Amino acid sequence: METRKTALYEYHKSLGAKFVPFAGYEMPVQYSSGIVDEHKLTRSSAGMFDVSHMGQLTIEGNKDLEIEIEKIIPIDLKKIKLNQSKYSFLINEKGGIYDDLIVTKIEKGFNIILNAACKDNDFKIISSSLKNKFKITLHKNLSLIALQGPKSSQILEKIISGVSSLKFMNGNKFSYNGKDVYVTRSGYTGEDGFEISISNDFVEELAKKFISQGVKPIGLGARDTLRLEAGLCLYGHDITETTSPIEANLKWAISKRRREEGGFVGYNKIKSDLNGTLSRLRVGVKPDGKIIAREGVKIFSKDDKEIGSITSGTYGPSVNSPIAMGYVKFDFSKPGTKVFLEVRGKKHEAKISELPFYKKSYVR
Amino acid sequence: MSEKKYSKQHEWITIEGDIATIGITKHAAEMLGDVVFVELPEKGKNVDKEGQAGVVESTKAASDVYTPISGEITDTNQSIVDDPGAVNKDPEGAAWFFKIKIKNKSELDQLMSKADYDKFAKENPN
Repeated sequence: METRKTALYEYHKSLGAKFVPFAGYEMPVQYSSGIVDEHKLTRSSAGMFDVSHMGQLTIEGNKDLEIEIEKIIPIDLKKIKLNQSKYSFLINEKGGIYDDLIVTKIEKGFNIILNAACKDNDFKIISSSLKNKFKITLHKNLSLIALQGPKSSQILEKIISGVSSLKFMNGNKFSYNGKDVYVTRSGYTGEDGFEISISNDFVEELAKKFISQGVKPIGLGARDTLRLEAGLCLYGHDITETTSPIEANLKWAISKRRREEGGFVGYNKIKSDLNGTLSRLRVGVKPDGKIIAREGVKIFSKDDKEIGSITSGTYGPSVNSPIAMGYVKFDFSKPGTKVFLEVRGKKHEAKISELPFYKKSYVR
Repeated sequence: MSEKKYSKQHEWITIEGDIATIGITKHAAEMLGDVVFVELPEKGKNVDKEGQAGVVESTKAASDVYTPISGEITDTNQSIVDDPGAVNKDPEGAAWFFKIKIKNKSELDQLMSKADYDKFAKENPN
């Protein structure tokens, strides 16, 4: 398959980006100052992320559409307000996760943000489930820019007037230089921030505007360390087609009505997971020393029984220590539980940790 | 001290008597990005030319460190274990990795000069 590029590819190059292949795209992994600097800058000021590789899907429809969506996404669309966003999942028949996504209620229907690696498959699944009754568009002409960090609001307000009054997980249509943009107050770093959906034709102009305001470009490397510190899942690693949202400790993302009534694919698994037969749980894992436990590292109990494995691990620049997430047998999931991580043949002490590792600062 | 020599695995080496000091090159440190973890071989361990003799990790990934020559590990640089970021600051100076008692001096002949290494690194960026 040919490698895809976002509309900002040449601009990233001019900013000194180092590229890696990611989900079929050539994406910036870091710029010249490095991942740790980019990470810290996002936490202290504001960083710009090109997330245009992610899928932007629009489905048009009304009440009938809500009913159809609720069959494949365990979201509560009876409660969602206009321009409100909700985190949810595209669920499979076994209660596993095809993708995690953000659904936003708009006037003509719904916008859904999908993971880059999943978007084409998601489109097929959603289209076939909706049986061509609704207009569904996976946008090719739209870019998506995330502006993240404590200074995002004051910077973006100067460029797109009105955005600073948005609450977290809410969006609206705004005007940028006379062009329509859709802005949500959201992101995946644990910081306050925004995601701006804008035409490919104007995205470079907007990106340049951010840079001129002192915003630094941030690559996928820091995006990963930021989201892991914030305890957020990376699809394909921490959550997959074989993990249920309940095992993934994402019960909060399914409303009480949906948990009780079901009515979506894979509900049997969700229901049994909820009713006490949970075999494993996603947890935070914090090594006692400096050892970094990456995906695939086995987790052992005090009496040397294998109890799980790591799904994401790195060094957290803001917590200044190694951090990880993984799945352990339910009995070992309590924060503080002493465990051992087998890295390069040696066992290293670690503890089950509360998530997030770094406290989120969202504007509610 | 001898002239610095370089290996294809991106290590540098200097010789003083029968002791060699080894570290990773500036090019390797730049390629790795921010170093956040270093694991060094145990003192007294015998290592073979091009064998694994340590690990260096960035936020992104773990990479093995190899020894360009055979011999016994006589010393290791604990300061880079305590402060892995030092590897990015001074990779070819203060952030050396380990010292080896040289077993076979002829192994040194196969290593590259700085000019040859720079050319090699340019042609083999990873």
